[in-house]
Amino acid sequence: MKRLRLDGLTALPGQVWGAVRLVPLVRERPFDSLLRLHPQIYEIAPAAVRLNRPTVHQSYIPHGIVAQWSEGDPYVKTVGTRLTDPRRPAAAEVRGKPRAERRTVRRPSGNRLRFLPLHLSMEGYLSLHFGGPSMAWDEWSRLGLDEGPPPQVETAYPGKAVTGLGDALRVFEIHPEQCGMLIFVADALAGAFAVPHPEDYRLLHPTLVEDLYGELIWQYALFHGDVPDFGVRLREDEVHTVADLRAAVTAAVEEWGRFQLGTMAEGLLGADYRFDEVYAMGPYRLWRFQPRFEPRRETHIGEAITDEEGRLAYLHTFRLSEKQIRRGRLFDELADHDGRLEETAAAMGIDVTHLIARIDRAGFGHLLRQDVLDHHRARLRR
Amino acid sequence: METPADLAAEDVLLFVNAAITSTGQREFHSESGLQQGSLEFLHEYTAVNYRDLYAAALALGINDHNAALIVLRLLSTARDATPEQRRTEGPLIARTLRRLPPHRVFHLFSALRRARVNNRRTRALMREWLEARPDPAFDAVKYRAAFKTAVRHAHLRPDRLPGAEGELGAFLFASGPTRPFRTPIFEHWRRAHFEQSSVYELPYTVAEGFAAAHGIDRSLFLERIAPRLTRSERLRLQRSAERAEAASVRLDAAALARMPLTRLASYTLSMPVEERAGRRAELTAALRSAARRVAGDRAGTWGKVAAVLDDSYSSSGSSEKRRRPLAVALACDFLLEALAGEYHRLWLTGRDDPLLASAGGATALGSRILDGLELAPERLIVVSDGWDNAPAGMASEVLRVWSTRLDPERRTAVVHLNPVYDAAGLEVRRLGRAVPTTGIRDAEDLPELVAFARFATGRGGMEELRSHLAARVDRYLGEDG
Repeated sequence: MKRLRLDGLTALPGQVWGAVRLVPLVRERPFDSLLRLHPQIYEIAPAAVRLNRPTVHQSYIPHGIVAQWSEGDPYVKTVGTRLTDPRRPAAAEVRGKPRAERRTVRRPSGNRLRFLPLHLSMEGYLSLHFGGPSMAWDEWSRLGLDEGPPPQVETAYPGKAVTGLGDALRVFEIHPEQCGMLIFVADALAGAFAVPHPEDYRLLHPTLVEDLYGELIWQYALFHGDVPDFGVRLREDEVHTVADLRAAVTAAVEEWGRFQLGTMAEGLLGADYRFDEVYAMGPYRLWRFQPRFEPRRETHIGEAITDEEGRLAYLHTFRLSEKQIRRGRLFDELADHDGRLEETAAAMGIDVTHLIARIDRAGFGHLLRQDVLDHHRARLRR
Repeated sequence: METPADLAAEDVLLFVNAAITSTGQREFHSESGLQQGSLEFLHEYTAVNYRDLYAAALALGINDHNAALIVLRLLSTARDATPEQRRTEGPLIARTLRRLPPHRVFHLFSALRRARVNNRRTRALMREWLEARPDPAFDAVKYRAAFKTAVRHAHLRPDRLPGAEGELGAFLFASGPTRPFRTPIFEHWRRAHFEQSSVYELPYTVAEGFAAAHGIDRSLFLERIAPRLTRSERLRLQRSAERAEAASVRLDAAALARMPLTRLASYTLSMPVEERAGRRAELTAALRSAARRVAGDRAGTWGKVAAVLDDSYSSSGSSEKRRRPLAVALACDFLLEALAGEYHRLWLTGRDDPLLASAGGATALGSRILDGLELAPERLIVVSDGWDNAPAGMASEVLRVWSTRLDPERRTAVVHLNPVYDAAGLEVRRLGRAVPTTGIRDAEDLPELVAFARFATGRGGMEELRSHLAARVDRYLGEDG
């Protein structure tokens, strides 16, 4: 378990629009040509960005991107961020067959880059985090053992549905060195996003509105009024020269940045996470991380790429809703005890019947053998 | 303590600033519906509470959209006016109608008809305006539907209007094939229905419709209609003429230099950066000469001037007002260069080459204003939409601390010019209480606005404002054009 650290990234003062506060993250030292978006993504991007197409050593493709590599090819979807060799065609690399093709509702317009339709994206994403039991204990059904938990239909909302977020992203003024963003809705952290290089960021900024956000965020945006745009206050009695004033200005900007990272993003950066290494390539490691799930606590899961010094190159997080946290906890406990129901129940301080009731309510009853399920359902009714 | 009179002065300034900047079109931060609703409210509020000042606003260099709205409101609420107010409003309205471009006036006449405003005063104003037109036959062809509406609405006998050989009625109310007209332009219009060569004798906007009906090739059409184009039409068509390879529409360097400054800035910004770099000498010369023409004998008299110019992403405007704030900033840049003895330009992104300006990046006004103040200029002009966001409120704080601690004698006069109306806030966004902010529509008005700015903190007082307005109204009515 360790903390998530935004080394190399500095927060600048956020920009407020309605209930949305967008905090830009900038890098003094971008990763330049060491790790960049897969070149083929640049191929399909608007001409302006394509001008200085980087020669990269390693490349990545963010989770959930839908793109058509060339005319006539099928649209390719990435489930889970990929770390790849830039010289090899991405199309062959991208796995993640769409589980339900018919639900790929809309085709991406033109050659634009966008995120997966949110249900696919979210389901895919959570199933990356929650695997099935590894031992064939008696109680589990064939299906549960073979496939693990199936993707759930998650309640999540695309950025477009979150009131005001689309406008906030549209009027947001991107800083020249910007490599990332913290998105706050009603001053609750909705997600963090960081990439290795400003050009990558400019390319991906419009896709944030296609990204997905939890029910909590959707509600906050709908019911919360405008968040205050805290005005700066300089202390005039300490100013005697122009240099003093300039120093005061710089100090105020830095203080703002520290406050936003230290206090406002506490829920993301103050929690302990379990980092699972998914893939390593050259000096880079792709991680998925999740905290210990505790009900009624701000919970973010996500993916990150770090270099050998542990510097964060790529970050994408989701904030889970309360329901998802409870389910996450259930699966965590099950995984810790390798799917043994008695031990899991004991660890959670409940009996097996109630554990099974929880699994059932979470929508995973069919992973257990039907007779076991029926037996405990009957006991619960008594 | 604020007296009611001070409040009134503030209200009126609020309205004037809105009437200078807003055109009811979409802006970067607000939709067109919001702009129109917000503007509508301000018009109603000002007209009801300060009717004489509302009418006097016509003399204050407000934009054409709002001038037409004011005239419409004054005419439709004539009942609420005292006889004395009516006497002062009449000449102001007549003068404004003469100043406005004809399409605006015809648009206004149609709006009067839709609003069912048909009092005697309205009809008389319409008649006087139509009779004073230099060439009613031309107007009748160019604005046929609106002309017809106006004639009907004002109960006019079209054949009594001068200069159409008594054929105006026959032309306007013709249905189906007609006999040949004696008036040349009517005859061209009649023949253009079946004869391609007559199309080129008509005004461009009318000819365009006929050209489409005849299926005339675009490049051939532009080539032959070129002599009929007005100055603005020609400038507007530059890029599409280039695509259609119609060489005769193209403006040469001398013609470009005669274009109005802000239009020229908009045109410059419509080009890709590489093309601007390629035509650097030509464009710079044109912008400089346009700026010198505006500056006139004030050129070089402003002493040491620093300008903070906003080229943040929000200066890209909207799909309806493309790059308008940036174009105003660019035009101001060249104008201030002409006005100043010693000039320092400070673009927000740190760019030093105004010709290659493009909108991008955040609005860190505070530190840039400090850069400007450090140069200790006589005047510091800020041209920005006022969305100071890195961080919010820094510009206001810097200016406040500067004026209280470092420059209590006010050696530097700071003025903020804002090209964007903030519909939600019902005003142009300010940079704090200490700095006068006025709206700006065209860079050409900059010298007057800077002089007007001392009222813009709302602290000049009502009496002073009234006498200033009276002087402006007299001058407005005096200079006829």
